[in-house]
Amino acid sequence: MNFAFSDDSRLLRDQARRFLAERCPASLVRAALDAAPPQAAALWREMAGLGWLGVGLPEAHGGAGLGAEALCVLAEELGRALAPVPFLSGRCLAAEAIAQCGSPAQQAAWLPRLAAGEATAAFALAEGAGDPSPGAIRARLRNGRIDGTKLPVADGMNADIAVIAAQDADGPVLALVDLAGPGVERQPMAMIDPSLPHANVTCRAAPAERLPGAAGWNAIAALLDRAAVPAAFAALGGASAALEMAVAYAKERHAFGRAIGSFQAIKHKLADVYVAVELARSNAWYACWALERDAGALPLAAATAKVSADAAFFQAAKENIQTHGGIGFTWDADPHLFYRRAMLLAHALGGPRFWKERMMAALETANAA
Amino acid sequence: MDFDDTPDEAAFRAEARAFLDANRPRKDRARAAPRYGEVDAAELARAKAWQARKAAAGFAGITWPREWGGRGGSPMQQIIWNQEEAGYDVPYDVFLIGLGMCIPTLMAYAGRPVLERYVRPALRGEEIWCQLFSEPAAGSDVAGLCTRAERNGEDWVVNGQKVWTSGAHFCDFGLLLARSDPAVPKHAGLTAFWIDMKAPGVEVRPIHQMSGGSHFNEVFFTDLRLADRQRLGAPGQGWKVALTTLMNERLAVGEPRRPDIHDLIALARAVAIDGRPAIADPAVRLKIAEWWADSAGLAYTRFRTMTALSRGQTPGPENAIAKVVNAARLQAIAAYGMDLLGQAGAIADPALAPMAGLFQDGLLAAPGQRIAGGTDEILRNIIAERVLGLPAEPRVDKDMPFNRHAPAR
Repeated sequence: MNFAFSDDSRLLRDQARRFLAERCPASLVRAALDAAPPQAAALWREMAGLGWLGVGLPEAHGGAGLGAEALCVLAEELGRALAPVPFLSGRCLAAEAIAQCGSPAQQAAWLPRLAAGEATAAFALAEGAGDPSPGAIRARLRNGRIDGTKLPVADGMNADIAVIAAQDADGPVLALVDLAGPGVERQPMAMIDPSLPHANVTCRAAPAERLPGAAGWNAIAALLDRAAVPAAFAALGGASAALEMAVAYAKERHAFGRAIGSFQAIKHKLADVYVAVELARSNAWYACWALERDAGALPLAAATAKVSADAAFFQAAKENIQTHGGIGFTWDADPHLFYRRAMLLAHALGGPRFWKERMMAALETANAA
Repeated sequence: MDFDDTPDEAAFRAEARAFLDANRPRKDRARAAPRYGEVDAAELARAKAWQARKAAAGFAGITWPREWGGRGGSPMQQIIWNQEEAGYDVPYDVFLIGLGMCIPTLMAYAGRPVLERYVRPALRGEEIWCQLFSEPAAGSDVAGLCTRAERNGEDWVVNGQKVWTSGAHFCDFGLLLARSDPAVPKHAGLTAFWIDMKAPGVEVRPIHQMSGGSHFNEVFFTDLRLADRQRLGAPGQGWKVALTTLMNERLAVGEPRRPDIHDLIALARAVAIDGRPAIADPAVRLKIAEWWADSAGLAYTRFRTMTALSRGQTPGPENAIAKVVNAARLQAIAAYGMDLLGQAGAIADPALAPMAGLFQDGLLAAPGQRIAGGTDEILRNIIAERVLGLPAEPRVDKDMPFNRHAPAR
């Protein structure tokens, strides 16, 4: 039994935490609520310089040669810091789609540039309300051109290319679109967490190139499973940080002549958050192992991790505000940053209901086997 | 990360499994589970026979020193044994408190003659031990106990009452915590002893629980005379001894009580809502998914604990997580299972209720699970204070001589 991260992963975690404490303070996240600050772009470039954007990608295409553990460690630390960078959409969805489903030429053209931070990619699946499903994809791919509207698209305003889900004659497929090319219109949209900007992307006969490995809904669902694991780690990181913030405040804030953390009303609430966070951590670790080692276990493990972490993050974020009292409801205090991010992450790959249903489907498959 | 045993662990697991295969049938989940804590004479005899066989084969006292009949093994081996044994149909474990908590305390505080007399018979299941800490006015606040132990020449004389003593009605010996000095603050005036439960002056009265069973007892002491050699630790050091006992409780985290998530899934497959299996109902699926996430999280949390043990680390108060989650989830799952049965939900007749009334039994047992061995509230205090480092609740009686505030009890 060795259910723990490797020494290498722990070193990477320490490095990431130190780096982000310096380069990604809460003030940067708050600044990003108004407009993407130049420091966020600088942070992304520095992450590329550290090799973080190539983690888990093939070394032949500029990858860093590290595996799922490293990817998850980075996702968790970026989540802790609420980093206003498109790691989930750019690295874990778009680049992952190209790495898993792209042709050798597509991989050679894009992966080195994405890993180096010279280009960024968005992933466009959602088309408004509704959970991910083959029927919810109405965009069409015909004769190498896409028509349709995608929203919300993370990093859609800034990205160079997008991996877009569309229907062709055979069903759902993924295709690459140059977002600066003809037939693409992009509009920024307000999100519950503005520190990760999203766009409404409309394609009108936009030239598109299929990813040959992504044929059918199962390929897209498999990508969602793979992305759900680092997404769970991002939520876990945010949840841990929100709990730590609440605990620190409960020790320091006094009322009725004592630290509020000495009242059982606060203690028990925060103990419950701790329990939720630790269960989520265990589920996330197991999903990390499944991502690295066992494709058969991944669907159930990924859904369990996602549901667990999203719920823990929301619980930690809302109780952090509650523990802070009135000051926690102000714009200038940090707790709302966690509250916003928790809800953005919980809907980024389909909402909680979607992942619970996916968990049940995987559970029934596992039981039938 | 990997879930594989080390070669040593794998060898021990194979050895354990071979012994279990040769001696017990596999557990059948579909068969009725024994009602909570119900131990009649026949079950007690089965439990003693099984313990004797385990001890003879070296699977009792796995972490104990060889010198006392143990295996001299690791906590990891104990966990592997627990995992394997859980898959077989074995009698109710009436030795858990004695071997898990009382004898280890004896090993820490008793002299050699006492250990030579008592350890091996306990390990072989011939003598059973109980723990006599809680009192009517000292439950969560156990250091507030009132049972008096007074010096009388070379001896001690004990008067008072204990309560919630698991298995006292079939136990031979017990670990007693009593107040030897009421004139000092409560934690400083306690002394620990081991006692003979059959001695004159000890009276055991079973408590009829709300679940219908009688697992717990009241124990009354009337001029119970103890020799000074029955004292554990110095006079006034009883709280320290009690902490040793309670620390050992942490490793005794077992499988969740039933009905568990697997039972709920089985029930949801078996019963119908609107003409189709309940498990096809979207609302049912959402509930099961949430409990699955918690159950899986707990199972994997145990892997983290095992990893720590495997590396020679000692698990800390974070183990309170398992009890907080399991007890509340047992109650919730039991109630939801009854909901799935609709108008038949309240039928408790094992001949009529699905799965022999497992859900109804679980519902009636669940309140006890949330109280015994640390209430939900005390466990949350432990997590908040010892894990998160939040300040302790002010305790007005902490530094006051016990007899200055005792009349309020």
